[in-house]
Amino acid sequence: MIELLLQGVLLGGLYTLFALGLSLMFGVMRLTNTAHGDFIILGAFGALSLNGWGLSPWLADLVVLPMAALLGYAVQRYVLNQTLGKDPVPSLVVTFGLSIVIQNALLEIFSADPRSIESSGLNTQSLALSDSLSIGVLPTLILLIALVATVGLQWLFANTRLGRAFRAVSDDPEIAELMGLRSKNVYALATAIAFALIAMAGVLQGLRTTVAPSDGPMLLLFAFEAVIMGGMGSFWGTLAGSMLLGITQQVGFRLDPGWGVWAGHLMFLFLLLVKPQGLFPKTR
Amino acid sequence: MSFNSQDVLLQTRDLQAFYGDAQALFGIDLEIGQGEAVAIIGANGAGKSTLLKALSGLVRVPSVQVHWKGRAVGGRAPSEIVRMGLALVPEGRRLFPSLSVQENLLMGRESDRSGPWNLERLFKLFPILWEKRHQPSTSLSGGQQQMVAIGRALMSNPELLLCDELSLGLAPIVVREIYNALPEITSEGMAVVLVEQDVSLAQRMTKRLYCLQEGRISLQGISSDLTRAQIRQAYFGL
Amino acid sequence: MNPLIEKQFVVERGHAYTRLLLVAAVVAVIAAASVPFWAESSWMHEFVEIACYFIFALMWNVLAGYGGMVSIGQQAFFGLGAYTMLALGNFWGVNPFVAIAIGGIVAGLVAIPVSRIAFRLQGGYFAIGTWVISEVFRLSFANLSAVGGGAGTTLTALRGIDKATRESWTYWVALLCVVASISLVYLFLRSKRGLALLAIRDNPVAAESQGIAVGSMKLAMYAVAACGAGLAGALYFVGNLRISPDAAFSVNWTAFAIFMVVIGGMGRIEGPLVGTLVFWLLSKFFSDFGSWYLMGLGLLAIVTTIYFKHGLWGYVQQRWGWSLFPTQRRLVLTTRPLA
Repeated sequence: MIELLLQGVLLGGLYTLFALGLSLMFGVMRLTNTAHGDFIILGAFGALSLNGWGLSPWLADLVVLPMAALLGYAVQRYVLNQTLGKDPVPSLVVTFGLSIVIQNALLEIFSADPRSIESSGLNTQSLALSDSLSIGVLPTLILLIALVATVGLQWLFANTRLGRAFRAVSDDPEIAELMGLRSKNVYALATAIAFALIAMAGVLQGLRTTVAPSDGPMLLLFAFEAVIMGGMGSFWGTLAGSMLLGITQQVGFRLDPGWGVWAGHLMFLFLLLVKPQGLFPKTR
Repeated sequence: MSFNSQDVLLQTRDLQAFYGDAQALFGIDLEIGQGEAVAIIGANGAGKSTLLKALSGLVRVPSVQVHWKGRAVGGRAPSEIVRMGLALVPEGRRLFPSLSVQENLLMGRESDRSGPWNLERLFKLFPILWEKRHQPSTSLSGGQQQMVAIGRALMSNPELLLCDELSLGLAPIVVREIYNALPEITSEGMAVVLVEQDVSLAQRMTKRLYCLQEGRISLQGISSDLTRAQIRQAYFGL
Repeated sequence: MNPLIEKQFVVERGHAYTRLLLVAAVVAVIAAASVPFWAESSWMHEFVEIACYFIFALMWNVLAGYGGMVSIGQQAFFGLGAYTMLALGNFWGVNPFVAIAIGGIVAGLVAIPVSRIAFRLQGGYFAIGTWVISEVFRLSFANLSAVGGGAGTTLTALRGIDKATRESWTYWVALLCVVASISLVYLFLRSKRGLALLAIRDNPVAAESQGIAVGSMKLAMYAVAACGAGLAGALYFVGNLRISPDAAFSVNWTAFAIFMVVIGGMGRIEGPLVGTLVFWLLSKFFSDFGSWYLMGLGLLAIVTTIYFKHGLWGYVQQRWGWSLFPTQRRLVLTTRPLA
């Protein structure tokens, strides 16, 4: 029982990293990025490529982060900014197009085979907590990174000039412009940070298990469920939602190997029915 | 009424503004000189707010229709215009709900302009804001919110401050408190444009006055010279 | 100005040439109905496939463009209609062609409780939320061994009929479905309810204040779109005979619908028509290129959305004022002297 919860929490750590980027982008600019999962996979394959070109696996994993941030800045500035506005359709369609492009590009370059990132055995090591209980080193590391990321984002938003700009632009982009903020730039910075998180999530997924070009949509749905269940507008909420999803999926897996993801979906729909604002919605 | 070209801060030439296909301003010609206090009055829907929005960049207009210190600046982004020294206190305050009072004020610094106005001076001007500085801006009363909105605009150290209906929705005693701060605000030579529903208040607080009626200037002159009859006629287009 | 001239106005919809086009359309349908007598069977099969894509896209377009609800989960109803038809045909011996209609109706009915959950979300979140719902459908059917589980099964109910007859009938039913959906959508959008829908799309709050029941209209739209999707799904698998959850509930259906509608223009009837034609032509020439072809489609969708905000057809409409299915109302002033 405890082991189940523990596994769920560890999985939730990974899902938190999947979800934070989505939460950030939606929070700041109301943008739904349907290619979110595909960018996660792209991050993993990016690290794989860098590794293939000579960088050591660990260096590749690190270097891919600033590269992803730059990509995020460019994508937002030159493509996604054009889609922002009252109508959610353009951003949905454009990101959907991006999703198709990324999946098929990866398919062409890497073929459909699942791959994993070299972890030097880290993904099999485990820590013994007690006689009967042990947890994986890598999952624990992922959970720690997720916690740091959540705290970091929370701190960024509450205590820095950039965070203030993010909140202002999210509240009222017109008046933010009036203050002197260049919203095009602020949005791009938000996406840059989101993409760094996304790439990190991808790398960790690749370390923990395998990644394949068509895995993206599933990850998008997980991230989405975590954000909604946790409550919009709050990074701690996203963490909570991710934990709930992780635990639910683990319970499902335990009951039947084919039921894990299904259980997560059902929990999401159930929560939507009874508590649509999520577990920890930000109250204004 | 003519100025040395040096003294003119803002000038509009045949300014026309549209909301989609609907025309709201039909050729406005006005001038604001350095350090001047000018009022713009008119009935609801006359185009007063639209005019301020066009000046501050919230509404797009052709470049040549607005001149700032001799340069054509119409249609520039609001973030550029505030950097030039023109700040707007928008209609309805429009504070940032996710930000505290102090954070709202700090947003005014995003335009990176130097000058006499800073947090310390603002808190001296509106002491109640110091008390409530960490509270969410939404928890303040209407008058206090108006102070924050003004303070936020002042933080950008503008040369010209546009004020859109400061008195809207506020009790007379609160309005008086706010307008009492005006001399201090303009003490270093800041020009100010007051869009006001309260005509007598507008006349008292300013040197010159424009009256808008259905998107056109129907009257202009020295505030103290204009008679009630003149204004009523211009206001309602009789 | 002569004060004795009374100004009246008249609301007009079509142009002179639309009546011509209507005649042409009727002729085309009659010609199309004769196809099974002289064409190759592959043509008919292709038509059925395109018809399914088209009906799905048309319904998606109406839901998104007129109802303001962008759904990435309409395939839930596509697959549900298909499996309903299959179950009725295989287990209860219902004529599959009749089962197509029932599949549509069942999908429409199921949409009602589904909407209770889906409507908790708005905008972009609604879109992804509906995707989750369709995944639940997919996984649920993949767990049902009665219909073959994850591997799927075949439609046995048409086994007795010879190939030529089956294909002809499938073709005619497809043609009927296409004509019916276009007519229904067109008539609906021309009606007062259609105008109400536009009002809701543009400003739901204002629409509500004018007495339009926004909530029930949205529900009606969602149910009707689900019904159409279910119809298309059932039809598709009557044409294909082999069904599987991955094929029936694939998000690719919505992807193609989005593409078709984006190319053709959102919120216009001829949009899906133009989009389907473009899509069919493209796939004829380029689908051999596999991933590159799909990448091209994705890029095309991105570029069109950013630079041609009203789709290619919308661009054409604005440039040259063409309109095949005029639903826009124009105010025409007519003046006549009083005396």
